[in-house]
Amino acid sequence: MRGAVQVRGLRKLFGDLRAVDDVDLDVRPGEFLTLLGPSGCGKTTLLRLLAGFEEPDAGAILISGQDVAPLPPYRRPVNTVFQHFALFPHRSVAGNVAFGLEMGGTPAAEVPARVAKALEMVRLPGFGERRIDQLSGGQKQRVALARAVVLEPEVLLLDEPMSALDLKLRKEMQVEVKNLQERLKITFIFVTHDQDEALTMSDRIAVINQGRIEQLGAPEELYDRPRTRFVADFLAVKNLLEARVLEVAAGRVTLKTRGGVALSALDDGGYRAGADVFIGIRPERMSLAAGGENLVIGTLDDEIYLGDRTDWRVRVEGELLTVSEGAHLARGRRRGERVNVSLPPDAILRLEPSPGPTP
Amino acid sequence: MKPRRQAILLLLPCLLALGLLYLFPQALMFGASLGHRSAYGGVVRGLSASNYARALDPIYLKILARSFGLAFATTALCLLSAYPVAYWLGIKVTSRWRNALLVLVILPFWTSFLVRMYAWIFMLRSEGLVNLLLGKLGLPPLGLLYNDFAVMLGQVYGELPFMILPLYASLEKLDRSLLEAAADLGAGPARSLWRVTIPLTAPGIVAGCVLVFIPSLGAYLAPDLLGGARTVYIGNLIQSQFAVARDMPFGSALSFLLSLTVLALLYVFRRPLRAAQL
Repeated sequence: MRGAVQVRGLRKLFGDLRAVDDVDLDVRPGEFLTLLGPSGCGKTTLLRLLAGFEEPDAGAILISGQDVAPLPPYRRPVNTVFQHFALFPHRSVAGNVAFGLEMGGTPAAEVPARVAKALEMVRLPGFGERRIDQLSGGQKQRVALARAVVLEPEVLLLDEPMSALDLKLRKEMQVEVKNLQERLKITFIFVTHDQDEALTMSDRIAVINQGRIEQLGAPEELYDRPRTRFVADFLAVKNLLEARVLEVAAGRVTLKTRGGVALSALDDGGYRAGADVFIGIRPERMSLAAGGENLVIGTLDDEIYLGDRTDWRVRVEGELLTVSEGAHLARGRRRGERVNVSLPPDAILRLEPSPGPTP
Repeated sequence: MKPRRQAILLLLPCLLALGLLYLFPQALMFGASLGHRSAYGGVVRGLSASNYARALDPIYLKILARSFGLAFATTALCLLSAYPVAYWLGIKVTSRWRNALLVLVILPFWTSFLVRMYAWIFMLRSEGLVNLLLGKLGLPPLGLLYNDFAVMLGQVYGELPFMILPLYASLEKLDRSLLEAAADLGAGPARSLWRVTIPLTAPGIVAGCVLVFIPSLGAYLAPDLLGGARTVYIGNLIQSQFAVARDMPFGSALSFLLSLTVLALLYVFRRPLRAAQL
């Protein structure tokens, strides 16, 4: 199947460190898959194993059904967009885009037309004669993309390609790269540590922690139902609490957090009476309202103004909760004020423990 | 202080040294080269170009050509043998070992060049180390010393570090991700070397070639100690004019012409040299 990637039991050790730890992964043809995780989690190593820059200690990689283990990078049907672009400074823009075509034996007469087409595709028509050091960061990014997609790879690997761009440009490039991928229908495997970027662009996201895929799913799935404490923390579930399960009955559970807040949550089948669990609650799912279930009383401890909204730090019993509120509602509240906090039962997520320290 | 005055002040020691030790002697030599030798080997002042006319005699032009040949060959052999070493040092070796290995490259400088040339004599002469080993193996001895081969060997040996170091500096700076990009785009090791590594290390190549070529052109010690009696290079010719023939004006003319040749070469290759940031 052209463009499919299968990873089986892949392992890469750096000394004692298991950078990639027995990873299994199936990437569908034409899919935009993101490897998301903090720095040092192994996501870039996984990408470099796919490209052939690192040799695995165990496991197999199949690209379009072909085992690529014996193939050096220059024989693999993949191309890479590098973190700092890695454009050749001794070649012009066109010279960079043409490099792979020349190496692949494209007839010299066809090269200029294909280079021009690729530059048009990344919205840099007429830039062929420019020198690399005359380009802005965003333009370099586009040349790097053109240089890789001009070869029509079966899989395109992107290693944090936006990390060198400023925020505004990054947002623009996110949309552009996503559009490019939808037009080309090439499988994209994209590495990032930026959760917003992952949520914006991906068909599916693999969250990686300590060399393992901790959760794999569509962006909405990960956002709504993070499975582990690590995934929840990485996807900005700011309230992570430890709680004891007091009672499980009729689809409901009663919890008491370590800080002494009693809560009612929906039973997802994973709660056991008497056991300790991790729970997570998104700040935007809570409200400072007078009504609703799980109503508790707290004190406004601190305020983080974010323009469109305000994150309140609210002291409730022994817990310090973060509650998001739209800016128009937050106006008029003062620190030290007593407030009602509502925690809807369906907003309480049961989280499995993660190996190792959470970020 | 104004930047201009500061620049002059900072350059002063260098300008003084250049003026006193290079320009002033050059001027003296140029003056002498226009005169002729006295009966006792002194300089009789004059304003004649006869020494320069004499230097263009085919005998001397042949010696100059041979010196160019030696310099070209030394530079080419140094480049060919230094590039793999510098590549290995700059790209393959882990940073842990790099400094220790670099010390090995410059270690020969701790011994006088003269002493190292004598070491080669002991290895190459007819009862030397090499021929001793050949004898033990039952092979006939080779005439390794006092010929052009020995001169070339000594010269390449002596100049090699001056080629390795600038090559190493440019290879070490080479962005590894560019090599990965080349491989990613389908370039195998040979084409990656030819299309990416060598073009990007051209400044180091130019710098190393200049550093080896210029001293080799005026080489004196290696030809004098390792060369045969009949193979004269321009450096030895100049030396013999001052020390043996006692014709200082002619020696000065030859020496001045050699300096001019080097300056002309530097001018011709000024563009790649500027790119090399020398």
